[in-house]
Amino acid sequence: MHEMSITKSMLEIIKDEMDKSKVSQLRSVRIKVGELTAVEPDALRFCFEASTKNTPLEGASLEIEEVPLKGKCRRCGNKFRIEAFVSRCPECGGADIEKISGTELDIVSIEAE
Amino acid sequence: MHDISVEQKILSKNDELAGENRELLTSKKIFSINMVSSPGSGKTSIIEKTLPYLKERIKIAVIEGDLQTDLDAQRVAKYGIPVKQITTGKACHLDAHNIHHVLPWVMEQDGIGLLIIENVGNMVCPAEYDLGEDMMITVMSTTEGDDKPLKYPAIFSSADVLLLNKTDLAPYTDFNIERAKENALRINPYLKIFETSCRTGAGIKEWSDFLAQTALNGHGKI
Repeated sequence: MHEMSITKSMLEIIKDEMDKSKVSQLRSVRIKVGELTAVEPDALRFCFEASTKNTPLEGASLEIEEVPLKGKCRRCGNKFRIEAFVSRCPECGGADIEKISGTELDIVSIEAE
Repeated sequence: MHDISVEQKILSKNDELAGENRELLTSKKIFSINMVSSPGSGKTSIIEKTLPYLKERIKIAVIEGDLQTDLDAQRVAKYGIPVKQITTGKACHLDAHNIHHVLPWVMEQDGIGLLIIENVGNMVCPAEYDLGEDMMITVMSTTEGDDKPLKYPAIFSSADVLLLNKTDLAPYTDFNIERAKENALRINPYLKIFETSCRTGAGIKEWSDFLAQTALNGHGKI
């Protein structure tokens, strides 16, 4: 389960940001998890809770926005939702698809005081 | 209460290190591959079969990633190739940091042109961790399900090459090679696919020729 290592990286970034902004109480964290990432939101929530327990970050909520996989056809320019991970344009049948969303694994913002 | 905008990739540190690895390897003209698969699909056997084809044409170093033991490194060392074992303990994947630590060892070896990294056997986690490689190779075997690409899309989507291994066993399983290829190409139409069998040697020469040519032609995505 790599959600633990991902949580660790996430907490490092959060602590850096909190130090920079001179805040000590974390309230919430907003992150984006794309559909094509190999990250399971529930497992991530579990790891986040476990890793913050008995630390100054305990009790902060983790808000996960799950981002659907979308593509843009390089042949006809059509933008579409990629269903069941099948990389083919429903308009022209083209297979040259640029993924325009769904690969995110980002921290968007934190709320702290 | 402060709302602090972060807008950062969670794995940005890994990605930065992977970038450094890539830059260093490229500057030394070393082509690198990252081999991923579920446990037991034959990554080490493929490396063992590939080495004799390649070692006259290009100098190779191998990095073996496993949770425990250096058994795989011992297998590869028999071919007279420099090999380094990384044991990750409980971590289910290699990350750019692991590779960063071993690169000085790679640089100490004389005239390496190809670095083969065998990742920890796992179909999920390695997909998220760029190591700085030039080419990612996903291996699946005929003793698995031919629907695997549909179940583990991330690892097939990031790959450049798919090796369909253990083709000699296909007649004894319900695995349909054509359907597996179709499924893989639905997820990633750019995949280059080779069918291989380490027992009969089928397809190993074709794959080895392709790897040697790609490595000798230099860097960048295929």
